[in-house]
Parts: sequence; structure tokens; C-alpha cells
Amino acid sequence: MKKQGNTIFFKNEPRITSFAAICGSKEKVGILGEYADITLEDDMYEESTFEKAECKMLTNAIALAIKKGGYEDRDIDALFSGDLLNQIISASFAARDYDFPFMGMYSACSTMSESILMGAAMVNAGYCNRVVAATGSHFASAERQYRFPLEQGTTRPPQSQWTVTGAGGCIIAAEDKGIKVVSGTMGKVVDYGVTDVNNMGAAMAPAASATLIQHFVDTNTSPEDYDLILTGDLGALGSRILKDLTWEKGFDISSNHVDCGEIVYKVIEREFQGGSGAGCSATVLNSYILSKMNAGLYRRILFAATGALLSTVSSGQGESIPCISHAVQLEV
Amino acid sequence: MTGKTRENYNENYLNYVKTQNPPTDHFRNCLSAFGVGGLICCIGQFIRYMLGYIGLTGDELAGATSIVLIFLGCLLTGFGVYDRIGRHAGAGSIVPITGFANSVASPAIEFKTEGWIFGMAAKMFTVAGPIIVFGVFSGVIVGLIYLFI
Repeated sequence: MKKQGNTIFFKNEPRITSFAAICGSKEKVGILGEYADITLEDDMYEESTFEKAECKMLTNAIALAIKKGGYEDRDIDALFSGDLLNQIISASFAARDYDFPFMGMYSACSTMSESILMGAAMVNAGYCNRVVAATGSHFASAERQYRFPLEQGTTRPPQSQWTVTGAGGCIIAAEDKGIKVVSGTMGKVVDYGVTDVNNMGAAMAPAASATLIQHFVDTNTSPEDYDLILTGDLGALGSRILKDLTWEKGFDISSNHVDCGEIVYKVIEREFQGGSGAGCSATVLNSYILSKMNAGLYRRILFAATGALLSTVSSGQGESIPCISHAVQLEV
Repeated sequence: MTGKTRENYNENYLNYVKTQNPPTDHFRNCLSAFGVGGLICCIGQFIRYMLGYIGLTGDELAGATSIVLIFLGCLLTGFGVYDRIGRHAGAGSIVPITGFANSVASPAIEFKTEGWIFGMAAKMFTVAGPIIVFGVFSGVIVGLIYLFI
């Protein structure tokens, strides 16, 4: 069986053989501090602009993932990457440092799971032997693009989230060791009509719910079959809504659902609902979660990052926020 | 435009989200706005007394007071202090003239990386622009009313 519903099955079992993550100073205080490969003291990362810092984080996350797996640049067949900045400049600028092909991905904060899904599909089909899937985000550059200048003194609304400064990447290879990518569920764009750009959790929860349920139905599994159901950046509010939405449809995920955005920060400032951004799921997955999988703590997880596909133009024109979620199933 | 219009929004879901949203703490925000806003005004009044003490009067005194406050607003913005005050101040730090200074200085600092002309100078009024446009507009309206009564 190659495909059932919207889920594709990787019967050749492509594996995540190596992973790396870099996180910023604020994230360092939380769970990422111990598990990320590089933690920055200064979020500028010795660069002159925030965009350059974001690009450098992504470049180094890719380089580290390659190095940690014991590979050389010439072993890599392709890079699947994207980010939140306009025209995905961080990813494409990071790719110019490498001598392998680059495929630009974009599904906002769901880019990590989309990249893994696409990379695994290429490896499974035998077109590529090793690919890199990576993404990242930066609080300052995202804030600048989507909201107000950093130095402006405004009070943040209580349903808002805090974009994670960090980047993560992993190598998906046709080898016998590592974490298996078993299947992937391609997400549909879901829009329930939420227009509040500060309330991403509520906007994205229906997309996450749709993809998770689609995955359970397609694979004929139930939430209890997974050690962990990991969503990207719904935050505390979005996670509550997701649990309600799936419960309503007869799938109770409350016992094993964890949201990266909810756990990424140790609350020291007013992050409110938790972390968000492409870097949120990328850093948490590529440091904490995959390390724990390698250590055998989790055997089987479902990783469904969620993305809000809006732009400042669309929200300025009063459009609601379409959202997407791609899921991949990982096993040890 | 295809697809999503206001007519086919999922009203049930939106109403449900409303019940889940964390409430904005209006009382706390009002209290801190009162405190911070009042404090800024007190500092302004103190500056006014001091400038009066050295011999300024009338329009000169009002102008000089504003200039000092605007300078302080920009300075604190540059040091990255004003946003920290603003985060906890409700709207108390936005309303006084220092808030206006902050809303001009912050994009100017931020967009400097895109160059002096198309970055700093062009983006300087992205936040303050509407205030200026509608400020001038309402000034004209009030002026016209004043002319005829």
C-alpha cells in the first residue's frame, strides 16, 4: 500500500540519521538549553542584521547536521528548506553556501514536517540517498515583518505567542540505522474564519485536528498507539482547542499530546501562550524529541507541525487565516 | 475573490474560540496606564517648572517642555528601555508625547538596515503616519467649526 487517503507510506523506511539544532538566548533557559547543539548568547549571532543572523543559524544547523552524521557536503543529494521571511530568503541564502541542489519549501510554521515528508518521499522513491530537511525562524525578523518594530512600546495581547529564535535540521538517508520515517499525511488547507492575527493557536487548531484525524483514519490507528502526538506551535490556548476538536470527533488525544510551543519556554517573561514560528517545532524536534527517541524513551511519535498561511497584505485586506498541518510518523 | 467570505465563516467555532480566549486584564491595564501615564505627565510638569525657573514663558515654555520629552522618549527608545516600559504600561506609555516619539524612532532604528533613504527615512512614519494624517485632518475640521461659531 503506497497511499491511503491523504497518507503516503514509506515502505523502504527512510531514516533520520542525524539532526542538529541552534537556539537563541531566551530559548536556552528552557528545555532547549541542554539539548540544542549551539545556544546563542547574543541573538544577533555576530551579524549586522536580524535577517543575516537567522540565515546564519539555518546555515550552521544544516552544516552541523551534516557533520554530526559523519557526512561530507558531496554525500548530500538535496536540501529541502524554507522559513518565514518574504520569498524564503533565509533558506535560499543559506543554500548558496552549499554545493548541492536546493528545493524551497513553504508552509509557514509547518515547514519542518513538510520538508521531512518531501525529503522522505524522495529518499523512499530512490531518487536521493541523503537529503537535508531544515528550517528556522528569528523573533526579531518575524516581529519586524508581521507586527511592529521591536523597540516600539506596545502591550501584547494575552492570546499572543512569541516567535522562537532558532533553527533545526536533520538528514534523511537510505540507511539501516536511525529513526524511521514510516508515513506522512499531507495536510489540507483549513480555514474556519479566524481573523485575529494575534490568535494563531485558534486559527491553526482546526488544521491540526483535520490532519491528525485524517492520519488516524488512513493508518487505522488510534491516539493511544503513539507515545507522543507532537504539534508545532499551537501554544497553550490552541492545544486546548485542538483537544476539544479531536475529542468531539471521537479521538481523545489529551493523554499523549504535547505542543512544542507550549513546552519550549520556561516562562520568564510574558510569552503568554508559548512559542511559535518555524523554528519552534524545528528546534524542539531536532534536539529534545529526537534525542529522546534515540535514547528509547519514545518509540513511536506523530509529528504534526501547523502553519498559518497568512501575509501582512492578506490580513490588512481583512482576509481570514487559512492554515495547514502536515504530519509525519516517526518510529525507532 | 473565491472561497472564504464572511457568510461562510464557521460561526460556531468562532463563538467557541471567544469563550476560550484568555480575558484581557482591563483593570490591571487601566491601573498601570494610569500610573505610567500619570508619571510621565508628572515628569513633564516637573520639566516645565524647571524651564519656567530658568526664565522661559508662554509658547516657548510649552515648546521647550515638549522638545525635552520627545528627546527623552527617543533616547529611551534607542537604549531599548521604552519597549520594556510599554510592555507593562497598558496604554500609559503610548498616549503621552513620548509615545509618539517612540513610534517614530522605533521604525527609524529598525529599518536603518535597509538604507538611509528607503529604509530609515521612508519607513520612519509607518506607525506614526496615521496619527499625523488624522491629526491634521481633525485639526482642519475643528478649525472650520471654530471659524463659523
